[in-house]
Formats: sequence, structure tokens, C-alpha cells
Amino acid sequence: MSDTKKLAIIASQGTLDWGYPPFILASTAAAMDMEAVIFFTFYGLPLLKKELDAKVSPHSNPAMPMKMPFGSKEFQSVNWPIPNVISGNVPGFDNMATMLMKETFKKKGVATIEQLRSMCLEFGVRFIACQMTMDVFGFEKEEFIDGVEYGGAATFLEYAADADISLFI
Amino acid sequence: MSEMASTMELNCEGLNCPLPILKTKKAIDSLNSGEILKMTATDPGSVNDMASWAKRTGHELVAHTEASNVHTFFIRKK
Repeated sequence: MSDTKKLAIIASQGTLDWGYPPFILASTAAAMDMEAVIFFTFYGLPLLKKELDAKVSPHSNPAMPMKMPFGSKEFQSVNWPIPNVISGNVPGFDNMATMLMKETFKKKGVATIEQLRSMCLEFGVRFIACQMTMDVFGFEKEEFIDGVEYGGAATFLEYAADADISLFI
Repeated sequence: MSEMASTMELNCEGLNCPLPILKTKKAIDSLNSGEILKMTATDPGSVNDMASWAKRTGHELVAHTEASNVHTFFIRKK
């Protein structure tokens, strides 16, 4: 028996903001000599696509601060109050919010999701795609990056049964 | 500033969590046991993170200094 710690994560959300935690935690766990598995299911599946198009939607995140990635430090620290009538109805608002979040992250020296994802694979993190939700939502294996395993609840639970940390994200 | 000799230097200034840890792991992997990595970072969170990382992995955090918001870590590979 090895005393290697094991991390098991279920990634169930595919927006830009919710896409970060699984890859941050799994890559860091691997960097700390732990084993890590991410099981991608439901809306987490698009995080495995070759071309990531994760966006963020302020309309569905009432507590999400809207920040500007440019201007003085004081200007950048302002939380812009965006009424739902605007965030939900103005065409292209999610695209703008996504662009602002990506730009802010870049300026703060935060890795992109693509970077973290490839570091996970480099460090030996296992990615398992949920076969059932792939069928339901019509995803094909060809759309996903190389190195993905395919399985269901039992595949995840077999690993998670021996995990020291299990997270549902 | 510590004048400790290092085998390799890694600049993580301007990078944010978890990149300094991930890059440190990659750098340490390329060293031999006993060799020293010097890593610099500006992320204030890296102070606690480096201590936790070292505790978990067993690599020795030999020294940590801070000057004008730049943190310098010396890590000896186990």
C-alpha cells in the first residue's frame, strides 16, 4: 500500500468561472505528489473540448463583481452594479463580461483554463468523461482532447471509494 | 538577502496561484536530490502555499526572504 493521497473531483459546471476550480485543484494536487481524477459530467463536459468556449454569465451570478481590467487602480477596484434587466437583455453582454474576466485574469497573472488543463495532463491527472451525459447532450469523442477516459458512475466511484478528498464542483 | 548558492533559478514574479507552485514542481523534477532551487514570486499567497507544498512533498524549504514585495524561496530537493 502506498500512502499517496488521492483527490476525486466531479466537474459539473462549464462556465469560465466554474471551470477554473477543478483544474486548479487537480493540477496543484498533482504538484503536491497526490493522485487526482476529474470526472466531467453534465455541463462540465464542454471543459474537455479541443476548442474551449467557456463563457461567464453575470445574469446568473447575482454576487459576481463586474470589474474593469484597465484604468487606475481605484477604477479597477470598482464593482460595477449591473441590473439584471441589462445583463439579461443586452445582446452580447455575456461576451463582454467574458472578455473582461479573461483580461482581468491575464493582468493578474492567472493561468488560462487551457494552460491549467494541459498542466493537469502533463502531471498525470486522469480525466474521465461521463458517457451517459455525452450521449444525452450529443458529444462525440472526436470533439474532446486526447487522453480522456470514458466511463460512468461506477468508474468514478471505484476510484473515489479510496479517495482522501472528494469534491463536487 | 541570502547569498545561498542555487543550482537553478525560477522567476515566477507576476504569476498568480497556482502557477508558482506548478512551475516550482516542474523545476524541482528536473533537479537531482540535494540540489537547490531558487524561486522568486510576487504573489503574497505563495508564502503559505510554498510552505504547504514543501510540507506535503517533503522537499525542504531552506529559506524565505522578502524584499520590496518580492519573495525569494530556496528549496532543497529531497
